[in-house]
Amino acid sequence: MLKLEARAAPSQWMTVASPLLALLLTALVAALILAGIGQDPLAGLRVLFIEPLTGRRQISEVLLKATPLIVIALGLAVCYRANVWNIGAEGQFLLGCVGAGGMAIWLTTQGIVLPKIVGIPLVLLAGMLGGLLWAALVALLRDRFNANEILVSLMLVYVAQQVVNALVFGPWKDPQGFNMPQSVGFHASLHLPPLLERTRLHIGFVIAIVLALVVTLFLFRSFRGFQLQVGGLAPAAARYAGFSARSALWTALLLSGALAGLAGAMEVAGPTKQVTPYLSTGLGFTAIIVCFVGRLNPLGIVAAGVLLSLMLIGGELAQSRLGLPNAMASVLQGLLLLILLACDTFIHQRLRWMPSRKSSNKAVA
Amino acid sequence: MSTALRLELTGISKQYPAVKANDRVSLRVKPGEIHAVLGENGAGKSTLMKVIYGAVQPDEGAIHFDGRPVRVASPAMARALGISMVYQHFSLFDTLTVAQNVWLGLDKSLALPEVTARIREVATGYGLDVEPERPVHTLSVGERQRVEIVRALLTKPKLLILDEPTSVLTPQAVDKLFVVLRRLADEGTSILYISHKLDEIRALCHHCTVLRGGKVTGEVDPTQESNASLSRLMIGAEPPALKHDTQHTAGPVAMAVQRLSLPTADPFGVALDGIALELRSGEILGIAGVSGNGQQELMAALSGEDVRAPAGSITLFGQDIARLPPQRRRALGLHFVPEERLGRGAVPTLSLAENTLLTRSAGIGRGGWLAPGEVAALARKLIDRFQVKAGGPGAAARSLSGGNLQKFLVGREIDAAPKVLIVAQPTWGVDVGAAALIRGELLALRDAGCAVLVVSEELDELFEISDRLVVIARGRLSPALPAAEATVEQIGTWMSGLWDAATVTASEGRHAEA
Repeated sequence: MLKLEARAAPSQWMTVASPLLALLLTALVAALILAGIGQDPLAGLRVLFIEPLTGRRQISEVLLKATPLIVIALGLAVCYRANVWNIGAEGQFLLGCVGAGGMAIWLTTQGIVLPKIVGIPLVLLAGMLGGLLWAALVALLRDRFNANEILVSLMLVYVAQQVVNALVFGPWKDPQGFNMPQSVGFHASLHLPPLLERTRLHIGFVIAIVLALVVTLFLFRSFRGFQLQVGGLAPAAARYAGFSARSALWTALLLSGALAGLAGAMEVAGPTKQVTPYLSTGLGFTAIIVCFVGRLNPLGIVAAGVLLSLMLIGGELAQSRLGLPNAMASVLQGLLLLILLACDTFIHQRLRWMPSRKSSNKAVA
Repeated sequence: MSTALRLELTGISKQYPAVKANDRVSLRVKPGEIHAVLGENGAGKSTLMKVIYGAVQPDEGAIHFDGRPVRVASPAMARALGISMVYQHFSLFDTLTVAQNVWLGLDKSLALPEVTARIREVATGYGLDVEPERPVHTLSVGERQRVEIVRALLTKPKLLILDEPTSVLTPQAVDKLFVVLRRLADEGTSILYISHKLDEIRALCHHCTVLRGGKVTGEVDPTQESNASLSRLMIGAEPPALKHDTQHTAGPVAMAVQRLSLPTADPFGVALDGIALELRSGEILGIAGVSGNGQQELMAALSGEDVRAPAGSITLFGQDIARLPPQRRRALGLHFVPEERLGRGAVPTLSLAENTLLTRSAGIGRGGWLAPGEVAALARKLIDRFQVKAGGPGAAARSLSGGNLQKFLVGREIDAAPKVLIVAQPTWGVDVGAAALIRGELLALRDAGCAVLVVSEELDELFEISDRLVVIARGRLSPALPAAEATVEQIGTWMSGLWDAATVTASEGRHAEA
């Protein structure tokens, strides 16, 4: 019988190396899958992992897609470190789109033209508020009725999508839009400034990097961040110290909701520039993988965000170039998380062959 | 002795990644012998017992049972040989009856009614008072232990291993247990008795093997030894004597508890019932009692982890603190050391430095930003002052031994210069040297004018350091007695909840006047 046994001292080096090992193993399994469906594995891997990095435009697209992943995952890292399992960032992201979109649509249709330095922060703040309120619902239900935050936050994702639909098929539909379910395009003064000429990459990426540094400071240099993490690591110790579990729950959820909302706001004020029903592409769920691949560490999350974005874009390229199924990108994401968790298991434990119990049972009889 | 040895271990060694738990240990137990295995925490007693019971495989060495060489691959095999073990921590299901629990542990050849009958038979035969139909959660800790012993006896063992059996018993219950064990030995059952309590070993055991640092340091007849000589074998030195100033006068009341009643939050917890006590500056008040009689609940109410206490029921220097959270109580000078070190007193995966932040605000700067240098400096100071053996301020709390972590945690609160210090089980699972240091620090703190409340299950410890004693039983608190006037017998009777009704009314009357 095989048995898992705790290792005396898990290797520090392996903790860092395990995401890289997981990536390598994921690529290996991907090659096997490609060979299995009759594709050239090497060409396939090239399209999946290398092609998206060839050229300025491709790289800018990778960073563009990484931006919301990083921003959402930063908030989730705070949540997960506090042992609050918010898996509904997708919904908070959508409500961020709604908040920011609502502000932008109102300013645009009212003909109010503000300087960029005022208008854009206004739109982003409205988005943060949207995400924050959506997460506050989860916190309220958990705090007041002890409703499981995993279920509540997940179910609210589907409600959020219906909120977006109701708005773009209803009051927000552009009167000049040939009855298409989409809002008016936002006024140019509300578009996020580009970071690179002739690409879609916007200053949101810089905001994401700055936020990673701020969250690092919050987690590792502030007493509040320390209190949150003690609540996650050892609830009895937090009770003994007097760190409030309720306040940790609210802080973690409001913070992650606001960050997911900000990601949504930067999506509508960045690449899409209007509200459509197709804003949700599962970024809020992919961000969960980003969070774990990045070891719940803000700087790790930046790297993991870029990696997952690369895999998403690689998946799209493989679809158009090689005719691979759309599911390939999701399969790879799932594989990466699964293999990473398996690597972690073996860092903390090792397999041992235990003598079968059958012989000893005979001894009793 | 013409008969073969019941159990013979030769040259048993077991290496764990960090320590050599057993180093060429040999042990010989005769039939019908009560054999003590004496050693400090971490001396390798538990590993040795696990080797005998088949839970751990030795790296080297041989085991002979009844003269035949055996390899004990699993506990099931040990039971088949006739070895039974009663663990220190019971493995009973609270919601099941005694008979159901015993039945679960047996092979399924017997029906439940037969098991019930056998339990009655064995229980009455040995004078072990156990009612098979009762659900386990209604039993006291002593009764639960009797269930474990009956369960072990049902298999008619040739060798019975008892791991620290008396840590949960009143002195009277210990005497009863000894009667049973002596009778078992007279009938030919060998008993391995694991303990660090010298008096008990001298009173009960025929032979004693002493372990220190995984090695056998002595094999003696305990009846011919003194506590000091056994202690020398166990720790390599005599326990440092404590200077206890008996002519001590206590100051004004620091903390007062009146009419504190609390329903239990946990279905198997204990409700507090009209608790009243006065703790004075410059005294150590000891709370004796068998575990599970309300100690946990009382500590939570006093520390602020449970803020459901009625307003006005707990006052600190006259100020009502019954509903204040822990950090507000600490700000007023009330500090607490809980009995669970890892997970409550300290976060296991965090460093010692970070763990100071649980109760200390050194290193929390303006705006709530941390100053890592100052946090580490405090941890370093505690490590030096309280002789904590640790890798430094960055060492994870879980990397420390129990005794060293306890020194660090007690030190963390003492260093905060508390006006009132509450300590639960100050020396539980702590080696003799660390225990002496901690007790000495508590006495020094008292002499400096701090009010100290100590909850302990070790009566010896309470008699050693307390100025006054109270007993907690079934959620009620006895009147206080000066430690110098109290006797072990009296406290033992009180631990069963039997203090004189007259004294209780008198003391309640006194509190009502106050």
